[in-house]
Amino acid sequence: MSDTHEETIAFVRESEIPAAPPPERQAGAIRWVRDNLFSTWFNAIVTLVALYVIWWLLSGLIPWIVNGTWEGSSVLECREILQGETGGCFSVLRERWSQLLFGFQYPPSLHWRPTLAFALLFVAVPPALFFKLPRWMLVFTAVYPFLAYWLIWGGTIITPVFAAIGLVVGYLVFVRVEKRSFMLGLFAALVAATVVWWFGGVIADEFSRVARLRPVASRAMGGFMLNMILGIVCVSLSLPLGILLALGRQSRLPVVKGFCVIFIEFIRGVPLITLLFVANVILAFFLPPGTNFDLILRVIIMITLFASAYIAEVIRGGLAALPKGQYEAGDSLGLNYAQSMRLIILPQALKISIPGIVNVAVGLFKDTTLVSVISMYDLVGIIRGSILASTAWSGIYWELWVAACAMFFVVCYGISQYSQWLERQLRTDHR
Amino acid sequence: MTTMTGPPRADGFRIGKLLTDTRYRSYTFQAIAVVLLIVFFGWLVSNAIRNPVLQQSGIDFGFLSEPAGYEISQQPIPYTPQSSHLRAAVIGAINTLIVALLACVTATVLGVIAGILRLSNNWVIRKLMSVYVEIFRNIPVLIWILIFMTLSVNVFPPPSAFRGDDPDATPVLGLMAVTNRGIYFPRPYFTNGIGQVPDAPAADGDDTAPEAQEVASSANWLIVLAVLAGSFFAVRAVNNWATVRQNATGLRPTTWWMTLALWVVPLALTLFLLGLRWDVPELRGFNFQGGILARNSLIALWFALSVYTGAFIAENVRAGILAISSGQTEAAAALGLRPRRIMGLVVLPQALRIIIPPLISQYLNITKNTSLAIVVGYMDLTATLGGITLNQTGRALECILLLMAFYLTFSLVISAVMNAYNASVALKER
Repeated sequence: MSDTHEETIAFVRESEIPAAPPPERQAGAIRWVRDNLFSTWFNAIVTLVALYVIWWLLSGLIPWIVNGTWEGSSVLECREILQGETGGCFSVLRERWSQLLFGFQYPPSLHWRPTLAFALLFVAVPPALFFKLPRWMLVFTAVYPFLAYWLIWGGTIITPVFAAIGLVVGYLVFVRVEKRSFMLGLFAALVAATVVWWFGGVIADEFSRVARLRPVASRAMGGFMLNMILGIVCVSLSLPLGILLALGRQSRLPVVKGFCVIFIEFIRGVPLITLLFVANVILAFFLPPGTNFDLILRVIIMITLFASAYIAEVIRGGLAALPKGQYEAGDSLGLNYAQSMRLIILPQALKISIPGIVNVAVGLFKDTTLVSVISMYDLVGIIRGSILASTAWSGIYWELWVAACAMFFVVCYGISQYSQWLERQLRTDHR
Repeated sequence: MTTMTGPPRADGFRIGKLLTDTRYRSYTFQAIAVVLLIVFFGWLVSNAIRNPVLQQSGIDFGFLSEPAGYEISQQPIPYTPQSSHLRAAVIGAINTLIVALLACVTATVLGVIAGILRLSNNWVIRKLMSVYVEIFRNIPVLIWILIFMTLSVNVFPPPSAFRGDDPDATPVLGLMAVTNRGIYFPRPYFTNGIGQVPDAPAADGDDTAPEAQEVASSANWLIVLAVLAGSFFAVRAVNNWATVRQNATGLRPTTWWMTLALWVVPLALTLFLLGLRWDVPELRGFNFQGGILARNSLIALWFALSVYTGAFIAENVRAGILAISSGQTEAAAALGLRPRRIMGLVVLPQALRIIIPPLISQYLNITKNTSLAIVVGYMDLTATLGGITLNQTGRALECILLLMAFYLTFSLVISAVMNAYNASVALKER
């Protein structure tokens, strides 16, 4: 008797009602604000306090930036232009920009050289950072260190060319001899490279006028350029050293292991500043009398040693994180120590260590400011020693510090963002 | 069945095996390594021996007992320019420890708060904390120290602003004067303390106290410390008793008033008996007299290290909390715990295990970063021993060796202590 319904029920809906939008108060921005900012009374208070803090910060900062002037060549002229209003005196940045970047001793007529080197950095570094770029572009990365050295320090091009040739020859010899024995290959490569370098030194002395740029002494380096040089050079040098130290610390040979442990723990236990003191005053005692190392070279040595100890600890974490089966797999394939490290262990361990290595690199780059303590004129040294002390700009400090903060922030934040991107790219497990 | 191979040959050692046999090759490598190390260090030492400067002066730590001859602005223990270099170095070391301890405490507090707030469900707070962390992590600590120094020198009023009938600045609550030289706090002292010398502020503003007064004052503070320790153990006993009761009856007795009384009453009684008075800083002449002056170098260093390291600790705390699987939170919620108790009873105790090891290295970083005090003129060990003493005596090698030895010992001790603590809270497996 299914027909009875047709008589008892007047109307039967045959289609579904389209879903109605939620009530005004339960959707969109209002709902979001209620959920995220004012969900409880405590939350509401916290939100209001936070908004007040933000307003307080911005109300001080924005007029200072917007009203700021870029005109004038001294603090007095600047104050005249501002006429008592709140505003930054950014003219100091315009006037001292080249000092902030290159230091006050680098010849101004040659500023194009480090600038060019800096611009070329953007050609040389991306192939190493982004794997999707064509591999042949790595040639730029390989050539860059020698080119940059020639541009920044000047002198004849023969020196960096032979430095590069020495490395290439060493590598070729290594590849040839490595099939017989890894250690023998390493040794032969070292000998071959040394011969080439010695030969190159003789030739460079002989033909020092070939493709010659005006040489600039190391002590003339300064400003943000010095921070960049120290940061890039020391990170690149400390990475291989750190890998060696980490392997040494994992080694079964007690002598090697003991030395690596003592070295790493010693370096990690003392502040960088004491190592810089060593570079500044003590290191000269331990070098043959009469040798005259540049201060910048001594500082590079000490910072590299410092960073390598930290990198070694990071990589040791990566090595320890690998399952034991990986080591055993290498052994069971009949690979010797060097082969199994190069082909199996290190590629995985280094991948795990990337975030840590980047942290160390960022920390190291920030620590390059410490050289200002041993009276080198890096960015901080220039600001403290040269600009804050000058009569033309006495009383101007916030503009300079904000500029310094901005420079470091851009570089460090950029590096850490890159590392996060790289981590996502290299994640080969559960996708 | 006969085996084709004979019994294993007696493993005779031949000289060639040093290179071919993996069992012996390690000895070869180690011997080479030892020889290389000896040659390298021998080369360094022979250079040092042949160095004309070192030949002339030799290595001699006798300079430590000579009079230092310079002023130190912050003296936790009595010191005059006639005191020895050793005493100056000790003062520097104590100053290092003071600022390291202060910064560790505040950085932890800041870092834990910021780390938890970064996971808050309040959007504004979350973003604000991210900005804090990113800004402070990505700018060198040296720049932060200098910025906070600039801030304290140029923004706070000079002592002269406190003068006159209608001064530009007034001390906070009439007790604490914030000036561009530093912050003057009231100094507590005892009128009834043990020791015959009344520990009152010197009348003419001469703040170099005689030794006897120092001893009496320290003895009084020791009494206060002992009372606090007694309170601590009493409170622990009360808590244990409450736990026993709870286990027996299922109801936890209300103890908060007992705890409060145990902390407050004995302390108040002791301080009253010892006759506690406050030496409030007052403006006399050009400067404030009396009270304790925390110089702006200390304030800037302390504050900069705290907020800088706090940002790192915040990241460690956040990572530790995120590492606790959400199943734990959900299980606790299913048991009916409220969010705050979930955080306090379930998540944080587990997260702590993950947080502590990186926290240790942050503490070590703070200690090492205090050596940057030299840029703001705070007289820590690097500024006394590694700065003025080194420049005055010219004994670079000795000074820097001592300096490194101090930091190394201190770092190793801290990491040993913290690792022991870590081992005690770590998850016990099997």
